[in-house]
Amino acid sequence: MATATTERGALTHPDIHRLSDVNRDVLKILSRPGKGWWALFALAAAGVGLFFGTWAYQLYMGLGVWGLNSPSGWGVDITTFVFWVGIAHSGTLISAILFLFRAPWRQSVYRLAEAMTVFAVMTAGLFPLIHLGRGWLGYWLFPYPNSRFLWPNFRSPLVWDVFAVTTYFTVSATFFFLGCIPDIAAARDQATGLRKKFYSLISLGWRGTDSQWHHFGKAYIFLAALATPLVLSVHSVVSWDFAMSIVPGWHATIFAPYFVAGAIFSGVAMVITLAVPMRKLFGLEAYLTIKHFDALAKLVMLTSLIVLYAYLSEFFMAWYSGEEIERASFWNRLFGQYWWATWTMLVCNGMVPILLWFKRVRHSISALFVISIFINIGMWFERWVIIVTSLTHEFEPWAWGVYRPTIVEMSLLAGSFAWFGFWFLLFTRILPPVAIAELKEVLPPPLRGKPKEAHG
Amino acid sequence: MSAPDQVLLASYDYLDSAVAAIEGLRKAGFKSLKAYAPYPEHHIEAALGYGQSPVRVFTLVGGLTGAATGFAFTSWTSMEWPLVVGGKPILSIPAYVPIAFELTVLFGALSTIVGLFILSRLPAVKPPVIYDPEFTNGRYGVQVDAPSERAAEARRILQAHEPAQLQESAEAGHA
Repeated sequence: MATATTERGALTHPDIHRLSDVNRDVLKILSRPGKGWWALFALAAAGVGLFFGTWAYQLYMGLGVWGLNSPSGWGVDITTFVFWVGIAHSGTLISAILFLFRAPWRQSVYRLAEAMTVFAVMTAGLFPLIHLGRGWLGYWLFPYPNSRFLWPNFRSPLVWDVFAVTTYFTVSATFFFLGCIPDIAAARDQATGLRKKFYSLISLGWRGTDSQWHHFGKAYIFLAALATPLVLSVHSVVSWDFAMSIVPGWHATIFAPYFVAGAIFSGVAMVITLAVPMRKLFGLEAYLTIKHFDALAKLVMLTSLIVLYAYLSEFFMAWYSGEEIERASFWNRLFGQYWWATWTMLVCNGMVPILLWFKRVRHSISALFVISIFINIGMWFERWVIIVTSLTHEFEPWAWGVYRPTIVEMSLLAGSFAWFGFWFLLFTRILPPVAIAELKEVLPPPLRGKPKEAHG
Repeated sequence: MSAPDQVLLASYDYLDSAVAAIEGLRKAGFKSLKAYAPYPEHHIEAALGYGQSPVRVFTLVGGLTGAATGFAFTSWTSMEWPLVVGGKPILSIPAYVPIAFELTVLFGALSTIVGLFILSRLPAVKPPVIYDPEFTNGRYGVQVDAPSERAAEARRILQAHEPAQLQESAEAGHA
């Protein structure tokens, strides 16, 4: 066992020599906000101002300031909701599914991916509230009987979605915080003054004793085992918000796996988008090596193939079904009024990732960064295509319509990125952004003698 | 137990030294051992002779409670005010599966956390009597609560593996 760990550690992180190097390199991030960080933080704070300012304006004026109409009752709001829920998914994939599969490269990226999950769900969760129009009645979503003791309709996918998203937020936030506890203790043991008090409080008195680690390890496995089906279920439930209806373009059995693959695809791309500047800004080259980016890029490759397959199969099934309205809906996607959105989606999600088949591209950090941006854009447009082109082109020609987002909706979309960035930037300064304890697990342990086989 | 125990805490720079110290102490018959490590180290757990963690019972009970709650809640509310929606039966069990599933995960996860906190005594408000902040950095620790008449023997075993630091306290350390 010891030899296996040694080899693996040497392979994954050749430039980290001692366990204490990890503490030194990761904890120093928590202590010195540079000019670059302050500039980004100011930008994010301004964007959060725009976000809540716009929302307040919308609450004051009413939903009329939006471009929504009949037939298009869903627009940028639900598009952005699905986009952010999708982004969230790869965090749980990396933290839970790759944990169960014992992928040794996940250790360096999982903390930032998990933080991304929590903040992306926090962002996504706001959009149903914004979409309500009367956001202060958001508690109506929760299952309780109305004044005449009638309960919500539990057969409705929209009610399932409330359960799925709230469960997802609770479990992923708990999972995230639990993984942080040993690293917060590490920060506590090296901090002084007020910071030490703060970290002592949130480390919950963790000391790294044998019994703590023993139960922690088991609890972590069970949480990962629960989070794995959860992550698959959440985006499946989101997809059923669409697929359970009879709208042409939505009513398809492929939706659940198609949405889950798309979610992971967009989320891994977002992990790359976030990891590249973090690596540069915080000097984490020894932790996020080319190998890690290569592994992430391969995940993107795989999921992009599944997504492309789903696109093609949707078009094929529309044609093969012989359903006139289904065919018209998909023809409209490619060549109708929103042709540009569909082609953006196809190029960004289907074509651009083909570049990743080349090792040279996978090993170029800047190329990966650019490709990941294309995918982020493409995946937002995918949700736009699914929602808007389908709703504006249903059954009867007299019921067709046009939906154009207004400046209010676009400000909310832009503001959502700022809201996400705001939390993410705070996270990089307050919690260790690289998992200290988990990284040490894949490093070779310090040995006085020769590594020997022992103790199962 | 006669006189108050002597608590000895050795900090080791090397994993094999710590494991050998634990094995030596166990062989000599010391019962009250505690180890510190900067990451979960299964060699230490093996040396201390750990079995299955009972956390799994919490997960199972929580998950089953969640599933039962999910089905019971949706079925009860449907039957309390029977209303046909979308031509589906009053008791549409397949449509309740997503809710029962989400509650299985939610209750299972939360009770796992509760189990972890109970079993590993978190949050620990009282700091340990003796501790080395290097344990979260790169050192391994071995602590033994030795009856005072055997303290010298324990000290000899800990020192045989060349600790970087050896701390002692007369107060009884809590397990």
